[in-house]
Amino acid sequence: FPGLTDVSISQDIPVEGEITVPVGSHSPDEDYSTLDEPVKDTIMRDLKAVGKKFVHVMYPRKSSALLRDWDLWGPLVLCVSLALMLQGGSADSKDDGGPQFAEVFVIIWFGAVVITLNSKLLGGTISFFQSLCVLGYCVMPLTVAMLVCRLVLLAGAGTVSFIIRLIVVGAMFAWSTLASTAFLADSQPPNRKALVVYPIFLFYFVISWMILTFTPQ
Amino acid sequence: MATADDLKFQEFDDAANLLAANPDATTISIEEPVETPKNQHSRLQGPGREEDDELLGTDDSDKTELLAGQKKSAPFWTFDYYQTFFDVDTYQVLDRIKGSVFPVPGKNFVRLYIRSNPDLYGPFWICATLVFTIAVSGNLSNFFIHLGKPTYHYVPEFRKVSIAATTIYAYAWLVPLALWGFLMWRNSKVMNIVSYSFLEIVCVYGYSLFIYIPTAILWIIPQKVVRWVLVVFSLCLSGSVLVMTFWPAVRDDNRRIAVATVATILLLHALLAVGCLAYFFDAPELDIPAPIIPAHNGTTVVTKSH
Repeated sequence: FPGLTDVSISQDIPVEGEITVPVGSHSPDEDYSTLDEPVKDTIMRDLKAVGKKFVHVMYPRKSSALLRDWDLWGPLVLCVSLALMLQGGSADSKDDGGPQFAEVFVIIWFGAVVITLNSKLLGGTISFFQSLCVLGYCVMPLTVAMLVCRLVLLAGAGTVSFIIRLIVVGAMFAWSTLASTAFLADSQPPNRKALVVYPIFLFYFVISWMILTFTPQ
Repeated sequence: MATADDLKFQEFDDAANLLAANPDATTISIEEPVETPKNQHSRLQGPGREEDDELLGTDDSDKTELLAGQKKSAPFWTFDYYQTFFDVDTYQVLDRIKGSVFPVPGKNFVRLYIRSNPDLYGPFWICATLVFTIAVSGNLSNFFIHLGKPTYHYVPEFRKVSIAATTIYAYAWLVPLALWGFLMWRNSKVMNIVSYSFLEIVCVYGYSLFIYIPTAILWIIPQKVVRWVLVVFSLCLSGSVLVMTFWPAVRDDNRRIAVATVATILLLHALLAVGCLAYFFDAPELDIPAPIIPAHNGTTVVTKSH
């Protein structure tokens, strides 16, 4: 410490001060309870968090924002809208139709839980709800694909529309898988990355299959 | 007196560089079994450290012996207990899959690949993949078969997924349970040299189902001959793995019981394949010509049959 070579403390000046930390009424937002804020603030804060995560999924970068503040609102909204959109098809009385609402719901949530358990059993360091959050948010490209498919099917159901749907669903499936792998890959042990990525691939493949085979009445 | 440099932590270079710097240093190379290529890089020692590592016993067989004793010590209601069943790396799973598809004559799948480290990852995910592969392939195959017909309306047939799941998971868990119970019972009567734990049997059955995944994909081809050739071929491959695994466990028993056991194993395996083929995949020639029924007043009525 070259700059302090000439500092000297005289013996007869006592060094004194206070150890206690002043109880803060100095900080501007002194009460951390959000009970008194207007409802709009509460809702907008959560909505902004959800929206930020959607943007993260659309442009997957290695950011930890998705993992740190997990929430399950986004996955719930996506799951419900996907299950609703898969409803209009083949609702005739024959039971060999498309998946029912409950089936889509169960497949998505149960599948996400099983994949999370699988990655934790293989030694992953990610927490249970963080993984559910990532898997749920990464369903978003497939929900967009479902929307596009329904619009294309309004125009017609021939071979051309099938090829368009195939390309769109295939691209969104690749996007979902790559996005969730980008978020989850770092928390896995290095020798087992493929073992963790494969079930995610299977999960999004099944959802893509349900979307691609959707046929309206 | 050690200099400051000696006490400072140094990153170890490549063994080649270390040897080049100090060509007279003694080094030890330990023979490794072929299945663990990943550990070989840690075998090359730096100068002066060999004695420590020898004492620590980093040889692989020592490690497995130590671990085998401590392996399942966690109580079954903790998460760590189940984590011991997922203690496999990617290359191990791939090796086990390869071993189930290409049976090595004379070698036992359990002894060669599982080596007292049965995993539940392989059986569970192979069954899950098989369920969806059969459902999707069946759906696709029916779509192609009925493609040109005007009365055909495509349905995704989603119900069949749950039926496929029930069948395949029941086969992969209940048959090993029955087989294990049977082997335990025979073990109490006749002293067998080889006996398997329940999880090892589940493991063998799970991995032996892998051959049906490419088979199910190839069943999309709408030719009866092709499909049956595939059934026989896949049955031979995975059936031989099963037979070679379980024959040593029953051969000390009464001759007839041993043969009956192995025959039952093969029969159930075949039944699964044939059942899936029959239920999920429509026969290629579905167009039965409509029978012509002469009506009472002489005009003919043609009835369409589906």
